[in-house]
Amino acid sequence: MKTFYWLVKREFWEHKGGFFWAPVVTGIVFLVLNGMGIVLGEVFGRKWGGLRFGGGDFHMQSDMSLADLRNVGAGIDIMLYTVAAIILGVTAIVVFFYCLGALYDDRRDRSILFWKSLPLSDTSTVLSKLASAALLAPAIAIVVGVIVGLVLALFLAVVATIHGLSLWSLLMEAHPLRVAMNLVLLLPLYAIWALPTLGWLLLCSAWAKSKPFLWAIALPVGSGVIVSWFGLMGLFNLSTDWYWKNVVSRLLGSLVPGSWVGNASPLVIPGHNDPAALLDSLDLAYHYSALASPSLWIGATAGAAMIAGAVWFRRWRDES
Amino acid sequence: MTAVVTATGLSKRYKSSQALDGATFQIGSGRIVGLIGPNGAGKTTALKAILGLTTFEGQLNVLGLDPRKDRDKLMEQVCFIADVAVLPRWIRVKDAVDFVANTHPRFDRAKCDAFLARTKLQPMQKVKQLSKGMIVQLHLALVMSIDARLLVLDEPTLGLDILYRKQFYQSLLEDYFDEEKTILVTTHQVEEIEHILTDLMFIRDGKIVLDTDMDSLGERFAEVLVGAEFAHAARELKPLDERQVFGKSIFLFDNVSRPELERLGEVRRPSIGDLFVATMKGTYA
Repeated sequence: MKTFYWLVKREFWEHKGGFFWAPVVTGIVFLVLNGMGIVLGEVFGRKWGGLRFGGGDFHMQSDMSLADLRNVGAGIDIMLYTVAAIILGVTAIVVFFYCLGALYDDRRDRSILFWKSLPLSDTSTVLSKLASAALLAPAIAIVVGVIVGLVLALFLAVVATIHGLSLWSLLMEAHPLRVAMNLVLLLPLYAIWALPTLGWLLLCSAWAKSKPFLWAIALPVGSGVIVSWFGLMGLFNLSTDWYWKNVVSRLLGSLVPGSWVGNASPLVIPGHNDPAALLDSLDLAYHYSALASPSLWIGATAGAAMIAGAVWFRRWRDES
Repeated sequence: MTAVVTATGLSKRYKSSQALDGATFQIGSGRIVGLIGPNGAGKTTALKAILGLTTFEGQLNVLGLDPRKDRDKLMEQVCFIADVAVLPRWIRVKDAVDFVANTHPRFDRAKCDAFLARTKLQPMQKVKQLSKGMIVQLHLALVMSIDARLLVLDEPTLGLDILYRKQFYQSLLEDYFDEEKTILVTTHQVEEIEHILTDLMFIRDGKIVLDTDMDSLGERFAEVLVGAEFAHAARELKPLDERQVFGKSIFLFDNVSRPELERLGEVRRPSIGDLFVATMKGTYA
C-alpha cells in the first residue's frame, strides 16, 4: 500500500502541471473573464443609465417568497456545478493525453529502465497510473472547481451589494458543501464509466512502438469508417450508429464529464422556470441509475481487460 | 563458490538475428565479472534475460529465481544501471531519493545522503539540469545504497569524461563491493575495468567464447616480444595473433608452455584489449 501511495505520488510529481496547474489556471482565467464581464457590464450599465438585475422578475429580497429564495440558492448551486464541469472538462483533456503518454513516454526516453530496476510490479505501476487518471486528477478538478465557483459567487455578491442588493443572505441559500459532496460521490461513477477510454488509451500507450496518439485515434475511427462503408453492423441487425455510439465514442469519449446521462434513466424535465426542481431531479440517484445500463458494465469489463493487456505489454514489451 | 547466476543454453532470436545462441555460463558470488563482446554480440540481451526484461529459451537461474516468473521478487536483490542518463528527466534529486527510500526495502537512506554529500548535487535540482556525469553520480548513489546481491552494469560510463569514469569504478570498489556482492559489467572501455575484474567472459555471436578468472587468464595466455630471428619458430607454435612493433613481432599464445615461450623472447601478460582483438578477429568481416 505504501508503495502504491508513492507510485501515485510519483505520477503527481511528474504531472503536476496537468493535474494541478491546468485546472487552477483554467479557474483563474475563468474568474478573470467573468470579472472583466462584470466590470464591462458596470461600465456600460452606467453609460446606459443604471444596471437592472436579472430583468423583470427579480425582486428585492424582502418581498421574495420562500420558493424564490430556494430557486436563487439552486441557481447558485447550478452555477457551482457548471463551473466544476468546465474545470473537469479541462482535466478530462489533460487525462486523455496523460494516459496516452503514461506507459509510452518513459519507454521513449528509456527511463523505464530506471523504474524497472526497482522492485515495483508492473501491475501496481499500471494501476497507479489508472488511479491517478481516474480518481486523483478528477478529485483535484472538483476541489478547484468548487473553489472557483464559490469565488465567482462571491464576485456576484459583492457586485450586487454595491447595487444595494443584499445577496449575502441569498448566498447562504446555496449549498456548496452539498455540491462538493455530490461531485465527490459522482467520482466512482465517473471512473467506472471512463474505464473503456482509460483502458484503451493505456493499452495504446503500453503497446505502441511510436505515436500512441495516432494509433489510439486511428484504430477506432478507422474501424468505424469501415463498418459504416460496408454496413457491417447489418450482420447483427444493428445500425452503424450503434457502432459509433457504443464502440467508438465509448473508447474515445467516455472521459467527458457526465457523458453517461444518455444511459441513465429518462430524465423528467420540470418547467424551465424551476431550477430547484431541476436540480432535485438531477440528484445522485438519477446519475447512478446509469449503473443499470449494460453499456456501463460491458464498457467497464472491456476497460479492465484492456488494462490487463496494458500490464502484459508493460511487462514484456521488448524495445530493442 | 555459490552461483549467483547459472545460465544453460540461453537462446534468444529477434526477427532478423540470433542475439543469443545457446550461451552457457555461471557467475559466482563475490565476483566482479566483465562481459565483453563486440557490438551486436548479445551482451545486452544476456543482461536483459538475467534482469527478466526479455523472453528467452533455455535455463536461467538468478539467485534461485526464474527472472521470467519472479521478476518482482528478484528485483529486491538485483539492481542495475542500464546505460547512463536513464533517470527520468523531470525528477528532483530529493524526490528520487525519497521515492527509492520508500519503495525499496533494502535501501539505506543515510548511506545515500552520505554519497550525495560528496557531490555537487543539490536536493532541489531536477535531473534535466544535471550534466551526464552528475546524473551518473546520482544514479550510482541510489544504487550503491541498495543492499543488492547482484549489480548489473550495462555500459555504465559511456559518454562520461575520464574523471567521472575513474571515480565511478573507484566508488564501486571502495564503497560498495564486498564478498557478499556480485557485479556483472559490460563495457567497451576494457582497459578501465581490467584491474578490477576477477572474472572475464567474452561473448561473440551469442555464444560465450571465453570464460575464465583473471588468475588463470595470466597462466593460459601469454604475449611474447620476439625478434626477427625467432619469428618463424614462434609462428610454428600457432599463435592466436601477431602484430609488428618497431621491427619486432608480438605474438599472442594460448596454452603454450612458459619455458618454451621464454626461449623466444620476453614474455608478458597480455592486456584484455589485445586478447579481445585477437579473439574477435573477423567479427565484422
